[in-house]
Amino acid sequence: MKEINDLILPEEVLYADDHEWARMEDGIVTIGVSDYAQDQLGDIVYVELPDIDDVYEKGEEFGSIESVKAVSEMYMPVGGKVVEINSDLENSPELINQSPYDDGWIIKVLPDDENELDDLLEKDAYIAMLKGSE
Amino acid sequence: MRYLPHTENDISVMLDAVKKETLEDLFTVIPENCKRKDLLALPGALTEWELDSLMKTRAGANASPTEYTVFLGAGSYNHFIPETVSYLIGRSEFATSYTPYQPEVSQGTLQAIYEYQTFAAMLTGMDLSNASLYDGATALAEACLMALRISKKNTIAISTLIHPHYRHVVNTYLEPTDCEVIEIPMLESGCTDFSVISGERELAAVVVQSPNFFGCIENIEELSEICRKGDSLLISSFTEPLAYGLFKTPGEQGADIVCGEGQSLGIPVSFGGPGLGIFTTRSKYVRSMPGRLVGKTKDKNGRRGFVLTLATREQHIRRGRATSNICTNSSLCALAATIYMSSLGKTGFRNLAKINYDKSEYLKKKLTDKGYDIPFAAPAFNEFVVKCPDGFRHTYDELLKKHIVAGLPLAKYYPELTEHYLFCVTETSSKESMDAFLKEIP
Amino acid sequence: MNEGKKSIAESISREPLLWDRGRVGRSGFSLPKRDVEDTPINEALLGQGPDFPDVSEVDVVRHFTKLSQLNFGVDTGMYPLGSCTMKYNPKINEKQAKLEGFTGAHPLLPCELSQGALEVMAELEEFLLEITGMDAVTLQPAAGAHGELTGMLIMHAYHKFHGSHRTKIIIPDTAHGTNPASAALCGFKTVPVTSGPDGILGADTVAEIMDEETAGIMITNPNTLGLFEEHILKIAEAVHEKGGLVYGDGANMNAIMGIADVGALGIDILHLNLHKTFSTPHGGGGPGSGPVCVMKNLASFLPVPRIITHNGEFALSEDFPLSIGRIHGFYGNFSVMVKALSYILSMGSDLKKASQLAVLNANYIKEKLKDVLHLPFDRPCMHECVFTDRLQQKNKISTLDMAKRLIDYGYHPPTIYFPLVVSGAIMIEPTETESKEEIDNFVEAFKAIAEEAAHSPDLLRQAPTAGRISRLDETEAARHPCLTG
Repeated sequence: MKEINDLILPEEVLYADDHEWARMEDGIVTIGVSDYAQDQLGDIVYVELPDIDDVYEKGEEFGSIESVKAVSEMYMPVGGKVVEINSDLENSPELINQSPYDDGWIIKVLPDDENELDDLLEKDAYIAMLKGSE
Repeated sequence: MRYLPHTENDISVMLDAVKKETLEDLFTVIPENCKRKDLLALPGALTEWELDSLMKTRAGANASPTEYTVFLGAGSYNHFIPETVSYLIGRSEFATSYTPYQPEVSQGTLQAIYEYQTFAAMLTGMDLSNASLYDGATALAEACLMALRISKKNTIAISTLIHPHYRHVVNTYLEPTDCEVIEIPMLESGCTDFSVISGERELAAVVVQSPNFFGCIENIEELSEICRKGDSLLISSFTEPLAYGLFKTPGEQGADIVCGEGQSLGIPVSFGGPGLGIFTTRSKYVRSMPGRLVGKTKDKNGRRGFVLTLATREQHIRRGRATSNICTNSSLCALAATIYMSSLGKTGFRNLAKINYDKSEYLKKKLTDKGYDIPFAAPAFNEFVVKCPDGFRHTYDELLKKHIVAGLPLAKYYPELTEHYLFCVTETSSKESMDAFLKEIP
Repeated sequence: MNEGKKSIAESISREPLLWDRGRVGRSGFSLPKRDVEDTPINEALLGQGPDFPDVSEVDVVRHFTKLSQLNFGVDTGMYPLGSCTMKYNPKINEKQAKLEGFTGAHPLLPCELSQGALEVMAELEEFLLEITGMDAVTLQPAAGAHGELTGMLIMHAYHKFHGSHRTKIIIPDTAHGTNPASAALCGFKTVPVTSGPDGILGADTVAEIMDEETAGIMITNPNTLGLFEEHILKIAEAVHEKGGLVYGDGANMNAIMGIADVGALGIDILHLNLHKTFSTPHGGGGPGSGPVCVMKNLASFLPVPRIITHNGEFALSEDFPLSIGRIHGFYGNFSVMVKALSYILSMGSDLKKASQLAVLNANYIKEKLKDVLHLPFDRPCMHECVFTDRLQQKNKISTLDMAKRLIDYGYHPPTIYFPLVVSGAIMIEPTETESKEEIDNFVEAFKAIAEEAAHSPDLLRQAPTAGRISRLDETEAARHPCLTG
């Protein structure tokens, strides 16, 4: 597994305590899981995605991600309506391992309240949290 | 005791190593008030030969099919079993291994289960099968739970011609849930009256058995149409899979889940257990499926191998949210069924099914000739209902004395069917024994 | 080696799939003669019949013999799989289960024609009650998890009968994985509870969370760390005080036969695993048998039918209005019961000795290996002991690597990564049927592996290398499942 210093943690995304990330662009929030999460989970074999138009509150479970011997639930870093899902993950769940911030994005959401993003962590705060939990 | 290899000397050396004086000292962590005060009051240990003799007496106090003519089926069927089945499943590498958690030392079990899954899917006309469940009744209960999960509705309609024990098990399993179970009545033909659920949209699943409890072949194609319109899952149960050697499979008629009892496939009746819970479904439902699955893969050197897979559905990983709590299943029985199905092959399976059909038709015809009423007209496999004259119960008891078991009295299960008996005829019933029976009845 | 030729080792390392042996025209079955006329069938109902391969009897025998050779069983060698009680499966028991009077007994025969089978069941019931000290039992559940479900259904029915609606169940972190899944089937929500620093559950911890919405607790004793839950009486008291019931997972009964009085531990419902404690073979994953014992106040909830005696004869009765109902198509896995009864009859009061030696073997392994493997709870264990890979982690060697290396040394690996309460768990259950020499050899093998972990860790990462197949790609199997051929 990677050392914290080896993790790829882009500046332009925000991180949740549960290791989801969120990126706001043109009023739409793209959501995925962090490099730390994919590294800890190991080879991803399946992603359970929500349906388009599903509505979730911040903190609500929207899907799950499976490795061979573990299942982890994913929680909404921000509340809103699902407008797009990454259907490439159905056949290539490994995209999350290979490219967690780009090809491995999971869902896109129209947020109910953009201010909810303010509760998320910036890169440095996220690193501090990871170090604290070690 | 011959299973305990420790000599007195071994015990004393080992006790020294763990710094204890006596074997009793190993248990000082158990509080005194939790300990047993007296010795186990069990009979003195028997030698092998004493055990042989005792068990022979017990076994001898049952009616065995070599001494009795038994026209009983109803979920448990006497068929001839090739000697190879018991010989091969008796090989200790199969019999004395655990669930194949370590694939490198369990390729035998894993490949056999993979072959079983393939055969079970073929047999039922479905895409895929799990590695087995306990028996037909619990497989049906699991199918109902799976349908409730998939559909997110909470009513299940179940044919009254499903084996009564299976319906009972389903009710037991569903009791703590808020699921409502409604029964679908039967038609005069001995098949289920699907018209009563036509247009119904609130059903999670419709459950039917074919051949049904009376041996009649149900029209699953018609039901499939009704289910499709109502957006309900079609669960097709069975107790006698040999029928699929002749008749259309539930899969090709549109079933979503097929489940039932595989005992007919090389497993002795053994007073009702162990059986083999067969469970097959469509590919799209694989992640909602209960039970273990074996998948094909490769090892580090690119050699073909098999592993347990999609384990995230199971209890040891998903715990309270698992698709089932099942862990131990009926693996060795699944192996027996695989050996049986391969011994028969496509050709043998079909021929055997036809012989079963012909024999039961023979008895049916001869009974009709004698004036007995066959109340249900639908085509049947292996089993059929006979309406016997009033007072047949006395004849039934007389026949028992002559070592003939004349079917299963149905009034216990269907009170309106007094003096109706369910007869079963398989390849084990010779014409001679059927004729002898016919001679004994009025 | 020349193209197209292969060594014996290679030819037994891979067995073609069965259908690759099929040729139309072969048969492995002695088809019964037709002694009645052919009857036509309505064409519209006819199907094609399943497309099984046609193979000869020799093909069948060779194929499955070769497959068996790719397996490791208890008869092959030591199989110290924790929590599974892989003891020797006596051959004489198999012989009894194969008696024609048992295999040929139809389950729906009139009771007067199945007295022998019913007597076997009644006798087994009586012995299991003697061994556990409980009051009533059902043999119907087909496996341990099925027993758990039965127990949970009984708990559910009991509370319902008493007009009490309870939605939660307490499950400690040392419980078997099946427990939460079994409880969930009855709609109970799991309340997890953490064991104390000594690996056992504190009575106060339970008392704090036990309330009148909680149906009870599911507790495994000895627990999955191989430790006896010493506070069981107080825990039971706390649960009973709030009207709850105590469910005992008896999968680890092999530690305490003739030693603990389960009936006196405050346990209300207990399941046993005949395929663990009572020596019936696991068959590569079943069939098993999971009888459920209860105390007197719960007897009326047991599944039907139950065996009763009537005018000196055994009979089956469904006349128990409070029963949870039927949980199996017939009466459970009868032939497994025959084997378990044969075992008990062969052992007699030596069952206690079996438990003592099982515990001796586990403690001996614990003492012998605790210098090379990290022992998270250093206290007297019961029938199994749990180590971790903490000492080997500095060499980047995991529990999995050590487990796979054991295969090269000729042993089946122990249970790994369970219980979850310790990270990287290695759970060893030797059982009583392993001799001191076998255990000494196993200990030496593990010591050698610990040595290799420090000096040539790659040997472990590549393991197993001595066998016919190396580590399998489980990721690919799960990403693109191929479940039929």
